[in-house]
Amino acid sequence: MSEIKESSYKTDELIAKDIDAYLEQHQHKSLLRFITCGSVDDGKSTLIGRLLYDSKMIFEDQLAALEADSKKVGTQGQNIDFALLVDGLAAEREQGITIDVAYRFFATEKRKFIVADTPGHEQYTRNMVTGASTADLAVILIDARKGVLTQTRRHSYLAHLIGIRNIVLAVNKMDLIDYDQAKYEAIVADYKAFADSIGIKGFTPMPISGFMGDNITTKSTNTPWYRGPTLMAHLESVELDVTADQAKPFRMAVQWVNRPNLDFRGFSGQIASGVVRPGDAIRVLPSGKTSQVTRIVTMDGDLEQAVAGQSITLCFADEIDCSRGDVITLSDQPVQVADQFEATIVWMADEALTPGRAYWLKIGTQTVSASIHAPKYQVNVNTMEHVASKTLELNAIGVANIATDRAIPFEAYEKNHALGGFILIDKMNNATVAAGMIHFALRRSQNVHWQALDVSRETHAKLKNQKPAVLWFTGLSGAGKSTIANLVEKRLVRMNRHTFLLDGDNVRHGLNKDLGFTETDRIENIRRVGEVAKLMTDAGLIVLTAFISPFRSERDMVRQMMQPGEFIEIFIDTPLAEAEKRDVKGLYKKARAGELKNFTGIDSPYEPPEDPELHIDTSKLTPEQAADLIVERLIP
Amino acid sequence: MSAVTLTHLERLEAESIQIMREVVSEVEKPVMLYSVGKDSAVMLHLARKAFYPSPPPFPLLHVDTTWKFKAMYEMRDRMAKESGMELLVYQNPEAKAKGINPFDHGALHTDMWKTEGLKQALDKYGFDAAFGGARRDEEKSRAKERIFSFRSANHRWDPKNQRPELWNLYNARKAKGESIRVFPISNWTELDIWQYIHLEKIDIVPLYFAAKRPTVERDGLLLMVDDDRFPLKPGETPEMRSIRFRTLGCYPLTGAVESEATTLPEVIQEMLLTTTSERQGRAIDKDAGGASMEKKKQEGYF
Repeated sequence: MSEIKESSYKTDELIAKDIDAYLEQHQHKSLLRFITCGSVDDGKSTLIGRLLYDSKMIFEDQLAALEADSKKVGTQGQNIDFALLVDGLAAEREQGITIDVAYRFFATEKRKFIVADTPGHEQYTRNMVTGASTADLAVILIDARKGVLTQTRRHSYLAHLIGIRNIVLAVNKMDLIDYDQAKYEAIVADYKAFADSIGIKGFTPMPISGFMGDNITTKSTNTPWYRGPTLMAHLESVELDVTADQAKPFRMAVQWVNRPNLDFRGFSGQIASGVVRPGDAIRVLPSGKTSQVTRIVTMDGDLEQAVAGQSITLCFADEIDCSRGDVITLSDQPVQVADQFEATIVWMADEALTPGRAYWLKIGTQTVSASIHAPKYQVNVNTMEHVASKTLELNAIGVANIATDRAIPFEAYEKNHALGGFILIDKMNNATVAAGMIHFALRRSQNVHWQALDVSRETHAKLKNQKPAVLWFTGLSGAGKSTIANLVEKRLVRMNRHTFLLDGDNVRHGLNKDLGFTETDRIENIRRVGEVAKLMTDAGLIVLTAFISPFRSERDMVRQMMQPGEFIEIFIDTPLAEAEKRDVKGLYKKARAGELKNFTGIDSPYEPPEDPELHIDTSKLTPEQAADLIVERLIP
Repeated sequence: MSAVTLTHLERLEAESIQIMREVVSEVEKPVMLYSVGKDSAVMLHLARKAFYPSPPPFPLLHVDTTWKFKAMYEMRDRMAKESGMELLVYQNPEAKAKGINPFDHGALHTDMWKTEGLKQALDKYGFDAAFGGARRDEEKSRAKERIFSFRSANHRWDPKNQRPELWNLYNARKAKGESIRVFPISNWTELDIWQYIHLEKIDIVPLYFAAKRPTVERDGLLLMVDDDRFPLKPGETPEMRSIRFRTLGCYPLTGAVESEATTLPEVIQEMLLTTTSERQGRAIDKDAGGASMEKKKQEGYF
């Protein structure tokens, strides 16, 4: 076993002599969260193990197990393999690599620390971004024998991208280059050139050995030429971001409306930035309604003020509309509200981004539907070059425009992480597929305001003496959508209803003639038809649409565009074999012959509706019977 | 005005409250697992703070093994009354019928009463999210678990397929039948828990404080003879020792430590000066080498 260094970090004496004084001291410690990043074999796990060990966070039983494990599976011969302390999951123990984000804890006299241990190898960019999103500081590890590597550049870029201001360049394994000052300085100069090029304003370099303990908690005698702090001393004294957040304008996203009885109505949330006090004039976004803070309620009694980071409940002087997802600000310092943005997106799922498709976007405390445009460019994280790209694949980082289905309050990520950072969620499998950071709202979104119209959609509908609706027919090519829709429209017209039928083929001759049949084009096809249908319902019409519309998420997207209850999804259910047998337009034959690509049912999928308003089984109903059934559903 | 520096406990508290409010806002039917230990005591306290002046908008669920310490049952009933929350107690009927107990059935005891019992209880009431008091500092495999941990319809955990968690944005969306275990005190350490109990004057089970209690020593563990179901081996006679517990579970599986610490600061003092880790008093982690907790979790143990 290697020598155990007496650590100055656990104040055993104080604990033994005066526990109350110790508790008082510990109670006032601040919290620093940091991440360590480096390539496989840079000694990350060893360094963290060393920090835990030197701050005496390892107990005797763990130490005994560690010694036994070190001999059995360790890579350090008879010496303690500190990496074994932190490599948690069985699978990665076998592989000898860390495969996920792990969090470790230790404390010194001054601070408490949470370390996110993030993996270094290529395929796990997403893990590093995850770990970095909550960190105040990043330790970038370099193997002194290898110098600045591609991975070093990637990790630094990611740390900078996610907005970490404090970067430590830990040149590790100094023992293996005989503590050579010249080599160390060459590495630092090399790194500085790179850091400058990507806009990193400053970093703190230090020569260390995680394995030997040089410059970790005590100044190493092996590097007399190094005048900077030890790693631990730096972690203990580096300035926190907390103060910076408090100096920013007050913002809080409403998480939960607290309403125990009719006499109390409070708005609960965690303060994103700034300070709030009773008496402050506030504004609620996006509505813009104003009021005054009367109380800051907590179980420990009302507060005189609350600051960034605290979870509180606010009461207002007026009964204004305010619910989950809204953002409370000071009335003279509101945030922007917009529905189109430019953002950096980090893709985190195996399935690549489908431009145009609707995803859930969660920002602050609200979730909205959003579609992502084709990326403007993708960043090559090894060379920092911008490259053209039609999509974003797992671990890709790119810049794209985003459109949300309604205007949301936000701030640029650079100004406020809590109101500018978002995640994207796949609507079908609920996976978190991406993280994003808003740059700014698109000017077209800010300058194109909704024109308030004097003749309302209600007036249009009333004049026609009907309730607007969209009858959305979906099904395979040749299923009978157009035939049935046509019959339904004729019946409605006979009943003096004002209707319009949007037919797939017809629309592709005009409005959508620039679109093909790729997945992206199909999505855009449906989006445009949805928007047209929406305008028509605003005009009071009953709209019938006959489109294959093969993807659930796009049909749901259109459903979201409409007023509740106005979208009626009608599944014209004809088995593929039957539709292919009919082959009215001869398309199936062409598709089978390979002359027609991306044909639904043949080489492109059809996702049947899970819960349509109407399910028409054409093997049981004639087109006339189907039309009767649909009309009956619409006008009972 | 000069800036206020929040202490680490203030930041941890605010984080836990934020997590609880997100869950209540985003899932249909949450429940808080309540095991009566110190971590549960802190979780319950945080929940009361998160929703004050409303009572926490979910019930407490105790998955009972019938083998907890008597003092724990007393505490449980008292806390439910005080918080104004509904208390659900679930005992696996199959384990009950078969008389599964920690003396005769070893690992099967934990599996049937706790792992299976928990799954059955969640299914029975249809809870889609359950708050648990696990901490990342407790054990290596827990260091990697998310705060929102997804379970398949048959309650399995897949460590390779966890959702990334960025900032404080939690994705609580799930398919029918799937559920989430949520760990609001993931980032607390044992010392944080004790310190918070001390600062907030939170009521905990008296077993955490030293007192003279009847004990026997078995397989290196100091066990308390809490009732007459404890089968004494030939030659064994309970001996009065001044002991306390660092963690609480089923009394025949929970090792005590000899101690004179009768106040909270004394307990914290002993904890800080001691040299063995917290879970060491539990027989459960030792059954299958280093990876046993991970295996248990994949099977659905909390």
